[in-house]
Order: sequence, then structure tokens, then C-alpha cells
Amino acid sequence: MRIALLYHRIRIEERLLIEAFAQRGIACDLVDARRIVFDIHENRLPPYDAILDRSISHTQGLAATHVLERFGIPCINESRVIETCGDKLRTSLALASAGVPTPRTLAAFSPESAIEAIETIGYPAVLKPTVGSWGRLIARVNDRDAAEAVLEHKSTLGSTSHSTFYVQEHVRKPGRDIRSFVVGDETICAITRTSEHWVTNTARGARAAGCTVTGEIDEVSRAAARAVGGGILAIDLLESPDRGLLVNEVNHTMEFRNSIEPTGVDIPGRIVDYVAGVAGSRRCAEAWEAVPC
Amino acid sequence: MTTTACIECGGDVAIAVAPMVGEIAPCRDCGVELEVLGIAPLELALAPEIEEDWGE
Repeated sequence: MRIALLYHRIRIEERLLIEAFAQRGIACDLVDARRIVFDIHENRLPPYDAILDRSISHTQGLAATHVLERFGIPCINESRVIETCGDKLRTSLALASAGVPTPRTLAAFSPESAIEAIETIGYPAVLKPTVGSWGRLIARVNDRDAAEAVLEHKSTLGSTSHSTFYVQEHVRKPGRDIRSFVVGDETICAITRTSEHWVTNTARGARAAGCTVTGEIDEVSRAAARAVGGGILAIDLLESPDRGLLVNEVNHTMEFRNSIEPTGVDIPGRIVDYVAGVAGSRRCAEAWEAVPC
Repeated sequence: MTTTACIECGGDVAIAVAPMVGEIAPCRDCGVELEVLGIAPLELALAPEIEEDWGE
């Protein structure tokens, strides 16, 4: 079995994954996405059974997995999953289409219509870029003055992706959110992320603690994972005081360094076992096809 | 862990005993992120700045 790990940076997560592959005796080549050249007409790569995408760049990870899948190499996650999860509007559409509970979300394409969307939702409302992570550039607007200021900044200073205005209701969560980890069709663990700030990303300083995977967390998390296409996913859940759990975001290249100790779950090990399972299934399928009838 | 000098400020930067190419090491003195470009000999460079589409 031969696996490749596609990366931009070797963070703690990638190091733990590499160690997990080594512990299982699985050959894992490290492929730096910045240095690879694809000939889209001919696969010149070694015969990989699967590729684990750990690209830190959504755009490049998506492009690379499109090419790799064209070569018939299974990618984890699949390009269609990356495409959905890397764009908050696409994620919201997938969740809504599948009937997964999610905060009310409106999309608009001009500052004027964005104001209309915000005031339809009501203050406070949350503005997010459709692409981006780690809680960057999200804004809670409490009144029209703030909304107009943020929209003017986005229109004047932002890239073209900021001209899609993604407006979401502000959910009055209890000072924390829940992140669950889904591998395949199993919710393997969850953490709470607590902060005095309304943004509860650990990248913004929130504290992680272990969280029991209740029946509701499990059900909603797996439904969200299925809605975006499945694979290895981190689901961000908001506890609404009147509607229960709402799926806020689904992350396709999750970070987990702060979640292993509080959950006691070997997250990198579970990821590697899943990747090996996908690769093994492919080998079995090829062997089956090679058997003469 | 071992330490090496930050190429930006000269402060001490902690590096894994067995570093890997592509690994990131932050400098606690000046805050820059350094990327391991080579391991024998150890070669460091300023890591690329975070791009708009980076994340998880």
C-alpha cells in the first residue's frame, strides 16, 4: 500500500499523521503542493492507492484533487467535498438541501442588497467571507452604521470573493461552540471551545475541553458530514437556546492538535486507519477487476 | 527539541531534533514563522504569509 500526503506546511497535525502512518508500517510519501507539476494528460506519479489532502490552501487543494481524481487516485477528502466545505455558501446550501439544522443564512451581491439582507435577518447579524477560516474577517454588526462601514470596507478593500455577501443570523450561544470530528460515518469525539469573545475558534484563543458525544451531537454531525459528501470532517455546532444544535461550518482539512488530549482519542490514528481503508478498498476492487471471468 | 538562531532577529528558535522539510518553527522573540527548507545542513527561510484562502 502506498499513500501520499499532500501538504503546504508540516504543522503538528501533519507530523502526527506521518508518525501514525509509520507506526502502521504504511509507506507515506510527502508531496509538497508548491513543488509539484502535473501533466494533466498523463499520470507521472507513483502508483498511489490514495492521497490524503492536507493542503492549507483551499484553492490549490481543490485544484490538485481535481487532477488526482482525473488520474483515478482516490483523494481524501474528495474534490466535491473540498469544493463544498471550502465555500461557506456552498456548505449552507448543502446543509439546507439535506434538511440539516443550520443558522438562517442569506446571500447578496451588492452592498445595498447586503444591507437589505442584514435587516431581514435583524441586528445583530454576522457577515462572513465565503472563503476563509480560523475566524478571520468575520464581523458581528450590531446596527446599521456598523453594517454600512463593514460593507464599504469589503467593497473597497476586499478581493472579488468579498463581493458575495454571506449574511447569517447571530446565534446566542452559551459562550462556547462544539466541534465534533467525523471520520467516515462515525463521530469519533467532540470538544467544546469556550471564549469570552463571541468568536470561539481555538485559532482566536478559545479553550478546548472534552465533550461527550451525545445522541444529538452524533446524529447532527453525521447528517452534516453526509450532506457535504462525507470523509474526514470537523463539524462546528452552535447550541441555539430554542432550536437545539445548528451546524455552523464543516471543515475538510481539520486541525486537531488541541483536541487529542481533552478527548483522549487518537485522532491522527483514526484518520490514517480511514485512509488505509479507502486505499485497501481500491486495491481490492482492482484485484477483483483483474480476475478473468 | 533543539534551538537555532532566528534569521530575522537572531533570537532562539526551537526546532525538532529531527526536523522535516516544510516544517514551521515560530520565533517567540520576533513572532515570524520560519520554514525548514533543508535539513543537512539546516536551512531556514521566512515562511509564506497567510493567504486569504488558507485554513482548515
